[in-house]
Amino acid sequence: MTHNDTIVALATPSGAGAIAVIRLSGEKAITIASEIFHSISNKQLKKQKSHTVHLGHIKDGNRVIDEVLATIFKNPHSYTGEDVIEMSCHGSPFIQQEIIQLCLRTGARMATAGEFTLRAFLNGKMDLSQAEAVADLIASDSEASHQLAIQQMRGGFSTEISRLREELLNFASLIELELDFAEEDVEFANRDDFQKLISKISLVLKRLIDSFATGNVLKNGIPVAIVGEPNVGKSTLLNALLNEERAIVSDIAGTTRDTIEDELNIGGIGFRFIDTAGIRDTTDTIEGLGIKKTFEKIEQAQVVLYLIDSSQFIQNNKKLENLKIEISKIKNQYPQKALVVIGNKADKISDETSQLMRSEVENLHLISAKTGQGVEDLKNTLLDFVNTGALRNNETIVTNTRHYDALLKALEEINKVQEGIDIGLSGDLMAIDIRQALYYFGEITGEITNDDLLGNIFANFCIGK
Amino acid sequence: MFDKEYDVIVVGGGHAGSEAAAAAANLGSSTLLITMSLQNIAQMSCNPAMGGIAKGQIVREIDALGGYSGIVSDKTAIQFKMLNKSKGPAMWSPRVQSDRMRFAEEWRLMLEGTENLDFYQEMVSGLMVEGDKIVGVKTSLGVEVRAKSVILTNGTFLNGLIHIGEKQFGGGRAGERAAHGITKELTDLGFEAGRMKTGTPPRVDGRSLDFSKMIVQPGDEKPEKFSYLDSTSPLKIQRDCHMSYTSLEVHNLLREGFDRSPMFNGSIQSIGPRYCPSIEDKINRFADKDRHQLFVEPEGWNTVEYYVNGFSTSLPEDIQFKALRQVAGFENVKFFRPGYAIEYDYFPPTQLKHTLETKRINGLYFAGQINGTTGYEEAASQGLMAGINAHLKVREEEPFIIKRNEAYIGVLIDDLITKGTEEPYRMFTSRAEYRTLLRQDNADFRLTPMSNTIGLASDDRLRRMEKKKEQSVNFVKFLKDTSVVPEVINPILESKNSAVVKQSDKIFKSFSRPNITMDDMATIIEVADYIDKNQLDHEVLQQTEIQVKYAGYIAKEKNNADKLNRLEGIKIPTNFDYSKLKSLSYEAREKLSAIKPVTVSQASRISGVSPNDISVMLVYMGR
Repeated sequence: MTHNDTIVALATPSGAGAIAVIRLSGEKAITIASEIFHSISNKQLKKQKSHTVHLGHIKDGNRVIDEVLATIFKNPHSYTGEDVIEMSCHGSPFIQQEIIQLCLRTGARMATAGEFTLRAFLNGKMDLSQAEAVADLIASDSEASHQLAIQQMRGGFSTEISRLREELLNFASLIELELDFAEEDVEFANRDDFQKLISKISLVLKRLIDSFATGNVLKNGIPVAIVGEPNVGKSTLLNALLNEERAIVSDIAGTTRDTIEDELNIGGIGFRFIDTAGIRDTTDTIEGLGIKKTFEKIEQAQVVLYLIDSSQFIQNNKKLENLKIEISKIKNQYPQKALVVIGNKADKISDETSQLMRSEVENLHLISAKTGQGVEDLKNTLLDFVNTGALRNNETIVTNTRHYDALLKALEEINKVQEGIDIGLSGDLMAIDIRQALYYFGEITGEITNDDLLGNIFANFCIGK
Repeated sequence: MFDKEYDVIVVGGGHAGSEAAAAAANLGSSTLLITMSLQNIAQMSCNPAMGGIAKGQIVREIDALGGYSGIVSDKTAIQFKMLNKSKGPAMWSPRVQSDRMRFAEEWRLMLEGTENLDFYQEMVSGLMVEGDKIVGVKTSLGVEVRAKSVILTNGTFLNGLIHIGEKQFGGGRAGERAAHGITKELTDLGFEAGRMKTGTPPRVDGRSLDFSKMIVQPGDEKPEKFSYLDSTSPLKIQRDCHMSYTSLEVHNLLREGFDRSPMFNGSIQSIGPRYCPSIEDKINRFADKDRHQLFVEPEGWNTVEYYVNGFSTSLPEDIQFKALRQVAGFENVKFFRPGYAIEYDYFPPTQLKHTLETKRINGLYFAGQINGTTGYEEAASQGLMAGINAHLKVREEEPFIIKRNEAYIGVLIDDLITKGTEEPYRMFTSRAEYRTLLRQDNADFRLTPMSNTIGLASDDRLRRMEKKKEQSVNFVKFLKDTSVVPEVINPILESKNSAVVKQSDKIFKSFSRPNITMDDMATIIEVADYIDKNQLDHEVLQQTEIQVKYAGYIAKEKNNADKLNRLEGIKIPTNFDYSKLKSLSYEAREKLSAIKPVTVSQASRISGVSPNDISVMLVYMGR
């Protein structure tokens, strides 16, 4: 792998947008840009200071390709730590391609996937977990997962792990003390304290591991299930939610059009409607598919939209009672899932009826998918689940699969330590598992060496004849 | 006087020098051992004991490789203990109390019986170097001796300075001269030198002690031994040690001398070992402890001299005396010699290769305290490895390097040359990542075959090892194949509070349970018959027991060790330019450039080199 050449690539998502950014990085970035970029005010790009922006034209010979803004970042004060030029051009894919190809002809090389980040990493601009967070940042297309990525880059996650690691290190030191200094007159920590510590570590690990699910949800979109009887307007609701937002629905290559259509972005949060294929055919009903199918769908979801036809409740007490039973069933079985009861076709009922229904059913949303009445409120409710923490809390969230794996493995080892405590296993054998757990923590935060253990021992205990 | 050119000259006749000389000579190199005193071959300068936790494993390793320390220790032992017997087998650590005078005598006799080995008593004061190659040594009388390689094992003698209270005088040990000249020559050659400190307690007259006021510490009921050979045998009679405690009165008396302590008044600047602190250091750092253990160890079968283990001190001798008299049993104590501290020169071992040859001068090797270690066992093992490698280099053969997952000796040398050491380095089991593999029972399995290949471990040694291995494998198979009925096994299980069985099952199964031992199994007639018929000795029984009871843990560690070997396989090109890698931390770049690790695995063990640094290196090396 060589790093003395200059690379170029589109820095914004591919496809049409208002603006696209093309990034050049490497020793010859400024030279290459100077050849193709012609400043409006006849400034020489090479002579300009770092962190300045210049308006000009990209020309292929005499032919003008586009009018662009060029920003200069000189090494080491750039994303990659090398000389970097970022050209903001107009968003047409044709223009993007023309400019990139011009750069290639002028001496740049097409960057491979992630190569900018790799260079940043190699030039000391970020550590491994930061680099991974950046990779996630690039991949994330919603604001919430952006926040998460930012938090991770600031070290929020590794703080938690290093706290755990330190506690475990103390434990390990005590075990080692027993082993290497068995002849000495030192007091060893008792197994009850060990037990408490291991239980605590186990709890924290489990919490972090669970948070991975939440973190993943934020990255991949929150799964939403729409359930209800036939003809209550499920497909209309879906269309009403999606239609206005279609423009900002993510355009992920390789996914089917159906799936794309069933993703919705509200206030930067992705919502994913699961198993909606059936809804369009309106055969998806509690009766039609059966309770089992409906519950399977709820199982996969974090948010359940329970849709009813409010016009059918007029003077039908039995129906109302059934609804209440149905709702409490779902609530009992899935207390952790957010449930929204939506009364559709609100345009067909009187104010009196709606008031009555509101008083009977908790947190009822009355909307008309057809007229769009109440749809905005519903969206805000969905967003509130995220913001008020019903779906997420402010605690550390694990989003990285590598970290997740390390945590899982660490927990596995901690469980073995627990077994060891249970059967009164000798410390040297328990230490095998402890060291492995420390090793997995080390995979996330930093090095664990045996020197740490000894240093800890010497600092805290009077040993030696 | 010396017109011949030796293959190997060993400077120094301590534990490192003696093993180095024996190894080189036994391999066939013409070897000269030069020491300042032929009376003090392999002198135990500090406590009269060999082995201990991690150290006992090293002695077993030395023996498995064909060194002499194990044999000498067995022949001169006065007490044997297997330490840590209540823990897993990796922790079982043999230790002996030794007869100090017999130990030195036995070593000398064994060396005298070694072919190819010459002796000379003189102080080496200079090195003969041509270009970047060692060609011999010069003595203080002006004698020049030429050699293809030189092993320096100077111990605490290089510019040794002894402190007792405010008094200080030159010396390599109490009553022996210091050695001058070599440090200056080496630093002139560009070597970096440092200064370390260690200490030793007073020796007292056993006739003045009241042992009835102390706690008796007898040896094991069934003593074992170090050597895998049958030329030595376990002790039949043993001498007791004793234990007593210091008290607040003792501490107060010692404190009265603090203003005259070289440790506290600034005359000793060098770093001593944290794990072997002087008594004044202990009461200073751990002021809340109102007593400390003292072990009273006899120095031999016949002598009345005793070693007061735990009372290492450099306080003025009158303070030592007054304070010790407050200890139970020491009310009328008479001193043989006071304790003292000693400062000496060492050379940071990061200047060495894995063979213990210096990176700077071809054919020049360092072993023992000159490398910043402490302990007879650590010194002896380095001497052995330096002796072997000096011989191999002279013969232009491949170097002999032991890996971290193969022996404590591998851990020791890799730690020294990779991490260096800030304080006198002592081995601990926790320094080994894979200690479950590095046991005292299997050092022969681990090391004898490789030593036999280079011609050091004898064929007899190899045959014994192979026989032990075969016998234990067969025995395990027997235990797996043979069933035992409930009527026979249940009484044994009940006696150990283990759940009884309802139907016949393989013996192996019951044996695998916690608390069930080989002794329990041997009460089953079939097992006893098998042992008898096949004449299985203690080593085989122990090996079998470990294989039955700890196989799972051993397999797990092997698995972990294999992971280490993957990074071990990634070699770093010589002259790799670390300054190019800007994302390495400054510290990592400095250290990597200085130490020049051979593999990525070694690089990962350098302190200050983080996993991130390793990832960067791997990325750069195309992994």
